[in-house]
Amino acid sequence: MEFVVFLIAGAIVVGGAIGVLAFANPVHAALSLVATLFGVAVLFVAQNAQFLAAVQVIVYAGAIVVLFLFVIMLLGVDRSDDLRVEPIVGQRPLALLAGVGVLAASLVAVLSAGGSTATRTVRSTAVAIPTEEPDVTSLGRLLFTDHVLALEITAILLTVAVVGAVVLARRPGRDEPSVEADVEAEA
Amino acid sequence: MWLNQFLILGALLFCIGVYGVLARRNGVMVLMSIELILNSVNINLVAFGAFNGTPVGQVFALFVIAVAAAEVGVGLAIVLLIYRNRTSIDLDAADLLKG
Repeated sequence: MEFVVFLIAGAIVVGGAIGVLAFANPVHAALSLVATLFGVAVLFVAQNAQFLAAVQVIVYAGAIVVLFLFVIMLLGVDRSDDLRVEPIVGQRPLALLAGVGVLAASLVAVLSAGGSTATRTVRSTAVAIPTEEPDVTSLGRLLFTDHVLALEITAILLTVAVVGAVVLARRPGRDEPSVEADVEAEA
Repeated sequence: MWLNQFLILGALLFCIGVYGVLARRNGVMVLMSIELILNSVNINLVAFGAFNGTPVGQVFALFVIAVAAAEVGVGLAIVLLIYRNRTSIDLDAADLLKG
């Protein structure tokens, strides 16, 4: 049963990822990305990470993909990427070579390690043995004790990112120095 | 659940993302491929955490999601700015530093 869930979710994940690459229209690619993110959320639930699955759906599918769609809308949907044109000679074959090379390296690493150690024979404990505490409780306890400094730094990072995004994206008023004017002056 | 199946799926997703980053020219599509890479890392983190029976992997995945959100916000703002300056989000067109 677990393996069937994994197979279906994995197929959705990989199919959606291939869709992100294959669709020329950015909107279709973004919707394909949603499929991938939902598949990953299903995998999280299957591994007893319910809170993370909820966060995945809310943050990724709810916020990030909407941001993508918003920017695509702002830039115009008709600017689709023509997948047949290659401005740099050999870019796509080299990219394919890099992708397949990384895949081969990681597969060799996983399979050779799996052959010798316990990864192939020992079952994941989270699914087999239900923990005494719910998932969210232990996660929150860890976040606010052991990893509290990282949590604070992440908060600062998010604040900086929001301020930076607003500064970059807003149109400057008259008589204000703008980032664009600086770039144009140098160009 | 075995550990290996998650690692292989993560590797597959990572490589699809790497190919997308290298092959696509549309700036928004490159950012989407980066999301694929970050998700493959999350799959691995949660799988290792579940394998060891601790929620620490989930904590790391949570931080990765937060950093991904910040990265997408700034990245899309930069794409928007490139579009305003060059009326194109073709990354090959942004070659100001080319010698």
